[in-house]
Amino acid sequence: MKVSLSWLKDYVSIDLDPTDLADALTMAGLEVDSVSERYAYLDHVVVGQIEKVRRHPNADKLKICRVNTGDNSLSIVCGAPNVKEGMLAPVAMPGTVFPDGSLLEIGVIRGQTSNGMLCSEAELGLGAEQSGILSLDSSLSIGSRLDSALGLSDTVFEFDLTPNRPDCLSVIGIAREIAAIQNTSLKYPDYTLTDKEPTIGKLTSVRIEAPDHCPRYAARLLENVTVKVSPFWLQDRLLSVGLRPINNIVDITNFVLMETGQPLHAFDFDRLAQNRIVVRTAAKGEKFVTLDQKERILDPEMLMICDGEKAVAIGGVMGGLNSEIEDNTTRVLIESAYFNPVSIRKTSKKLGLSTDASHRFERGVDPEGTIQAVNRAARLMEELGSAALIEGLIDEYPKIQSLNPISLSVNQTKRLLGIELDRDRIKELLKSIEFKVNTTSDDEDAVMVTSPTFRVDISRPEDLMEEVARLSGYNNIPTTFPQMPSEARSPAKKWNLRNRIKQLMTGFGFTEVVTYSFAHQLSVDVLRLKKKDPRRAMIKILNPLTEDQAVMRTSLLPGLLDTVRYNNSQRIKNLKIFEIGNIFINSDPPNLPLEPEILTALWTGTRNAGTWHERRIICDFYDMKGVAEGLFNALKLDKIRFTTMPHDFCCYTRPGYTAQIMAEDSEVGLIGEIHPQVRERYDLAQTVYVLELELDKLALLIPESIYFKPFPKFPAIYRDITVIVNKGIETQQVIDTVAKSHEKLVERLHLFDVYEGDPIPAGKKSISFRITYRSSSKTLEDVDVNDLHKSITDNLLQAFDATLPV
Amino acid sequence: MEQNIDQIHKAASQELESVKRLKDIQDISVRYLGRKGILTQFLRNISKLPPNQRPLAGKKANQLKKSLENAFKAASEKFETTEQEGDRGIDVSLPGRPTISGSLHPITQVNQEICEIFSKLGFDIAEGPEVELDYYNFEALNFPKDHPARDMQDTFFVSENIVLRTHTSPNQIRTMEKQSPPVRIIVPGKVYRCDSDLTHTPMFHQVEGLLVDENISFGDLKGVLTAFVHQMFDDQTSLRFRPSFFPFTEPSAEVDILCVMCRGKGCRVCSQTGWLEILGSGMVHPALYENVGYDANRFTGFAFGMGVDRVAMLKYGIDDIRKFFENDMRFLEQF
Repeated sequence: MKVSLSWLKDYVSIDLDPTDLADALTMAGLEVDSVSERYAYLDHVVVGQIEKVRRHPNADKLKICRVNTGDNSLSIVCGAPNVKEGMLAPVAMPGTVFPDGSLLEIGVIRGQTSNGMLCSEAELGLGAEQSGILSLDSSLSIGSRLDSALGLSDTVFEFDLTPNRPDCLSVIGIAREIAAIQNTSLKYPDYTLTDKEPTIGKLTSVRIEAPDHCPRYAARLLENVTVKVSPFWLQDRLLSVGLRPINNIVDITNFVLMETGQPLHAFDFDRLAQNRIVVRTAAKGEKFVTLDQKERILDPEMLMICDGEKAVAIGGVMGGLNSEIEDNTTRVLIESAYFNPVSIRKTSKKLGLSTDASHRFERGVDPEGTIQAVNRAARLMEELGSAALIEGLIDEYPKIQSLNPISLSVNQTKRLLGIELDRDRIKELLKSIEFKVNTTSDDEDAVMVTSPTFRVDISRPEDLMEEVARLSGYNNIPTTFPQMPSEARSPAKKWNLRNRIKQLMTGFGFTEVVTYSFAHQLSVDVLRLKKKDPRRAMIKILNPLTEDQAVMRTSLLPGLLDTVRYNNSQRIKNLKIFEIGNIFINSDPPNLPLEPEILTALWTGTRNAGTWHERRIICDFYDMKGVAEGLFNALKLDKIRFTTMPHDFCCYTRPGYTAQIMAEDSEVGLIGEIHPQVRERYDLAQTVYVLELELDKLALLIPESIYFKPFPKFPAIYRDITVIVNKGIETQQVIDTVAKSHEKLVERLHLFDVYEGDPIPAGKKSISFRITYRSSSKTLEDVDVNDLHKSITDNLLQAFDATLPV
Repeated sequence: MEQNIDQIHKAASQELESVKRLKDIQDISVRYLGRKGILTQFLRNISKLPPNQRPLAGKKANQLKKSLENAFKAASEKFETTEQEGDRGIDVSLPGRPTISGSLHPITQVNQEICEIFSKLGFDIAEGPEVELDYYNFEALNFPKDHPARDMQDTFFVSENIVLRTHTSPNQIRTMEKQSPPVRIIVPGKVYRCDSDLTHTPMFHQVEGLLVDENISFGDLKGVLTAFVHQMFDDQTSLRFRPSFFPFTEPSAEVDILCVMCRGKGCRVCSQTGWLEILGSGMVHPALYENVGYDANRFTGFAFGMGVDRVAMLKYGIDDIRKFFENDMRFLEQF
């Protein structure tokens, strides 16, 4: 909302300079978004002297003027009757934006170029005169800026008000706060209107059929109205806050709205069937054309202002085309009502129609301000519309809005704010913003406070405490520190694990990314998820910003693959990235979804940096598996196993190149090459390896504590063994077979070579590993392990139909 | 006998003086101390001497052996440390074999920093769901249905009573429902609002704080947040508290810090005001205590919330919030 300094000064004297005033208002809770010079739009308008006037060759009424603007001499086409040689006049240069919003450009008028525009008062928003160009005092300096030459200056404050302060959505509301800040008084306009012989009742009536929606409806009536252009002072007020003048009647309703915060509506009384008002809710599916010429479809929750036959306005939101003020209107009914905030908000939301009126009604206007506003408007119409007031006021008030006094405890105020204040100071502060305060001698601690009716946000003692704090200044409250126990807090386990893994992953050379939690609904198809995959149960957003963000992700993979694609397009081909984040499984609608936390890492491009030491090598499955093993090792997870993912189970990874990561019997993640079909959908030419882990499952496996194991006392004996087995046999099976022999002396198995090719026969491979034998009770001799080693070897040969190398 | 020893000593010393290469020392060493070396032979022959000469000869020979060993060693070291068989050393200017570490996302780094500061101040870390019930996100936080306060946060809806949380504040209620005072929590997390431009992304990060106990005052709120800002930025960063409005706090305060870019002089980042808005805060509204069953007469407390992304933008001088989610490696590698 915009408010001008000059308008504020109608109600309160202001000593502060505009910047300090803006600061003081911001610190009082009325945030000033910007402070600007009202006449900044005149920065391209200068004082010019008309040196020569000649006829336009192609138009009788136009003249071509040679105008001296100091530095230049411009040729300007002008149609004003009062141009004459020697006169000084305002010259708008190309680039000027006029108050009506139009932009001036170099133009060609009937074949003649016009390099600027000679302007009237009205065109510049400086007055009402529009019959000719503005003749300037001859003493002004030619070429100087018009605003400085005329001493034009006004400041416009733009406010960003919080929804609890509808009372400040008006010039008087802001002025009231300024008066409190400066400790000066507020001068209200004269709202009184005395009716000697009320006759309005003979001409019209108001019936409220929906008192819950419309607790109060007041009206006044004027006749012999002349609809015309408003006087300049009124136009000037509206222009100063960014409103465009229309005609005197509409301008007056806008003026009173801005002045008091009470929205008004003016009806052409003669267009109201049966000359009466009925306030009712709409019928289901009822249609209505609003002032903006749009047809609206209504529902029974919406409040309609009607005449004897039809709807004429959507109450509190927008008037109808069928009763708007026209040039020939002679009788005007002014509406000043209090509508239910919730009802207005629902209507405004449903229709997608927000107006200055609905904005205020849904926040809550002053239910007691309706009469003042209608009186103010009626008086102005009498004055400016040469209208005659029909005496009498209609005031239907079926639901009286009452306010109960609140008891405020001085001690509790002090306790909550942490500030020393006495009762008198509290009273003084509250009185400065028109609160009524009462104290009794029998309770020293209590102040009985009645808030003014425009303060719809006040309902509890805490609301009053905020006023006290606000008015005494938040920055005057002493800074203290709460008493805190000196116990050590242990950070959440999950938080710790997540951060630990993030540290480890960056140590392994992976860079953390953060992608949106949103996904495209079809992303699960792109990932080739099976029909019954729980990740197909997605949370849909009812009002997504884009189709790409229409559901909540059930996998981090799409976001990460997108990241690879994006970076590839930036010519970054070698990537090691990871993300830790929640996915959203809609497993049990309408309850909240499950939100498991997932780690997903991708590796694509080279394994190494490709420096002078070694040539570039493309990363492979075992690079990613090494990362997983490194992670488990660091986290002390020793029960993890990798097993081949059955080909049927693979969806977004390539069959035959995918391992399940198992902890006991539960799958905690996978490693694999991204399926070529998935890769293709993301335009990725290089192979990509993925590691996926469910953090919540891992968290359960982390050992609570670690115990130190003493070093072995006796030396070990090492024996190497090489067996040749069928290529299809998993190496792990061979190792497991040895491990499962449960030989006490076998301490460790270390695989050091796997080889295929000459001289190993086709279809076979050799596996070499070293067995460490150690006893905990003595130094082993060769004889102690010879038999054991032979039996282990024989066992392998038999179990895998293996042979020994020749 | 003695003469022999001295002769050996002299000869060895002379030879040693004339060596030019490490190999020469090794040769001399073999010649005197090797298995068939001169001194070795001498030592071996001591047993053939008359018994009365043996001790002295043995002693002298052994002394010489030690002294030669030392001399050879010293001479070798001199060669080893200077030059070895034409070895001119390595090109130390070549880059090392890379050990490349990745980097944490700037938001993670700032998030961790914020949470560590509050951990030190005695706050526990709590987390909650990102898809949230309307009850926790709005209603229990004193945002009635059909209240304009809901317009302050453009909401993504999942259904009539489920939303993507618009702030981390639902965890105030979730925590207070589970636990009686004292409550001291800090809640980091992702939040969502349907808004997208230079300064808004539909997903961003917040950290929420809540402290409820007996006798907690607005002054304490100022104290804790001042301590935080001084840790996060520096102790020259002054704060100001402005009245504001949040349905779940009363009184409510917006917290500005002196612009970290211009130190209050006015610049583009602070829109010439000299101040940056970084925190929303206030004293917990009594309606919340009623909703969770706390005794509103006994307990008071404060809550606050801040945008992690915004703090990260200020800290690193990033001008476009969307950069955080583009995940361009050239961006991420800088942190």
